[in-house]
Amino acid sequence: MAKELLEIDNLKTYFYTWAGVVRAVDGVSLKVKEGETLGLVGESGSGKSVTALSTLRIVPRPGKIVGGRILYRGENILERNENEMQKFRGKEVSYIFQDPSTSLNPIFTIADQLIEVIRQHQNVTKEEALEKALELFRLVEIPDPEVKIWSYPHQLSGGMKQRIAVARALSCEPSLLLADEPTTALDVTVQAQILDLLKNLKQKLGMAMILITHDMGVVADVADRITVLYAGRVCESAPTRTIFYNPMHPYTRALLEAVPSLALKREKLKVIRGAIPNLIEVPSGCRFHPRCDFAKEGICTLELPELAEIEPDHYVACVRAREIEASSPFRSLSK
Amino acid sequence: MTDEVVLEVKNLVKHFPITSRGVLMKKQVGVVHAVDGVSFSVKRGETFGLVGESGCGKTTTARAILSLDPPTSGEIYFAGEEVSSIFKSNDKAAILRLRRKMQYVFQNPYASLDPRMTVSDLIMEPLAIHGHIPKDKWQDRLYELLKLVGLEEYHAERYPHEFSGGQRQRICIARALAVEPELLIADEPVASLDVSVRAQILNLLQELQQKFKITYLYISHDLSTVRHICHRIAVMYLGKFVEIADTDELFEHPLHPYTQALLSAIPIPDPDAKKSRITLQGEVPSPINPPTGCRFQPRCMYTKEHSCVEETLGLIDVGKGHFVACPSYLRISKNQISS
Repeated sequence: MAKELLEIDNLKTYFYTWAGVVRAVDGVSLKVKEGETLGLVGESGSGKSVTALSTLRIVPRPGKIVGGRILYRGENILERNENEMQKFRGKEVSYIFQDPSTSLNPIFTIADQLIEVIRQHQNVTKEEALEKALELFRLVEIPDPEVKIWSYPHQLSGGMKQRIAVARALSCEPSLLLADEPTTALDVTVQAQILDLLKNLKQKLGMAMILITHDMGVVADVADRITVLYAGRVCESAPTRTIFYNPMHPYTRALLEAVPSLALKREKLKVIRGAIPNLIEVPSGCRFHPRCDFAKEGICTLELPELAEIEPDHYVACVRAREIEASSPFRSLSK
Repeated sequence: MTDEVVLEVKNLVKHFPITSRGVLMKKQVGVVHAVDGVSFSVKRGETFGLVGESGCGKTTTARAILSLDPPTSGEIYFAGEEVSSIFKSNDKAAILRLRRKMQYVFQNPYASLDPRMTVSDLIMEPLAIHGHIPKDKWQDRLYELLKLVGLEEYHAERYPHEFSGGQRQRICIARALAVEPELLIADEPVASLDVSVRAQILNLLQELQQKFKITYLYISHDLSTVRHICHRIAVMYLGKFVEIADTDELFEHPLHPYTQALLSAIPIPDPDAKKSRITLQGEVPSPINPPTGCRFQPRCMYTKEHSCVEETLGLIDVGKGHFVACPSYLRISKNQISS
């Protein structure tokens, strides 16, 4: 069995705004083993990105990590100083941002930007760094690298830029890659190219990955394990097949049913009523109860459910998970 | 759905000039072939889907139909009436009459609502412009519209920033419905919304269609929502249609290589799904210098024939209302059966 690489334990990241305290991440726990791909799924405002940013301690102001532990190879990185963090970012854990056109600096060539990262972490000359950068270009399958490396970001297409962002993130051979919606800004056919690339690279380099997305289709394809977030808390965490064939949290189930499928068609879509709650005044009890079909007055409205292991390796944060499970339409599919 | 054709577009072309700014005058240095000869017809009460990747000309087609960007050439008939000549004329009354029948819901509800107007201002503005109902009925109509799209009466005096994305899109739909249009162009109405809210808006659009028999021109790049809501679909690539068919027919028997690749690239939310993904090489060529012959030919995964590169193709009728712009489709579909 592979070792734990990253363990986030009860992480709390709050944003102190003039309107009040936004509890963007409010007690998230998750684990990533070496070489594993974790899919972090949730809608906007569920705390996916803030969780990932917290892992590198680059939460923008007025955000602050106010509680919890982030263990990387058993060491709490929240206790490190800024100097140590600089060495940690990019080398151990690196990040791919959602929009490749804003994550690359428009006034430097691609070569400059890659060389900068490589020389930051490795003691090499400029020439050696360039050689390494070209090697990375070949790794991410960019055609004629010798020419393309001297271009500026605006001269390249979105898919190409995202390949470069991947190359930059991999330049110091990190053990963990945080990919924050790496394909959301891209077209479907380009998305397919990038997902294939990420899958191949992961196998080749044996690194672990946290893939952040709101697209259930993408995680079904890429992830080994899925953690579903809602309003800053984990709803459910299990291996990919379990999430799809035996989801137990009402939110996970609703999310799967709300997506129009390609196979079944043109009945009415199942709707999750209402909207995502305001994270300044979160609902009492279970965060999902105002929108939940199974919510029970006096239970769900009062208690904040903790993540519990309902089956081996299947964690659900719902008080009524077992009762609901009996009525699951997904049960039949898993057989 | 009836057989009556509401909207007919014949050979629509929209080119944008590329100019370089000189000292005294602009010089035209090139042309973006955004839409290049598109023809289709939409029946009353039907949802016609326009699908393709970004930059293929979906939105330009829609905007040209409404003359928001006047088309370069081509004919557009609405209920049998040629509209682009009316839009070009100075007959304000005739233009208003047409605008009332064709309405537009924009992609991004955060940008399409004036932040300084209240919901009641926003929804009553079209009533004031068109004046099709007397002023003393406006208030009733406003509440009726709000109820129709699932909002409450007390929402009327609020400003757009007080609403979530899904609610804003409801306001946009109410505003478009205020003038009782026959055709509603929905340009990626759910693309900027969250997954759990998307289903609400899609269901609302379907309910409204059943109630008022509105015709939809539905533009999207998301094939799974298109499959859910559309009756017929046209697939666009680089300013041209590559395939038109009924929804089920298109998803079950895609004939054009591009449609096949596009369908196979959709991530399926099922970890055990069979994955025979066709990954296309390269990227969409520039619409400034589109490839000769078939526009998809440089990226096509099948062996090319002489005709692919040389001839400019129209849509070929293959029966059952299915049209495809690929001369090799017979060879390709045979290949599929043998493999």
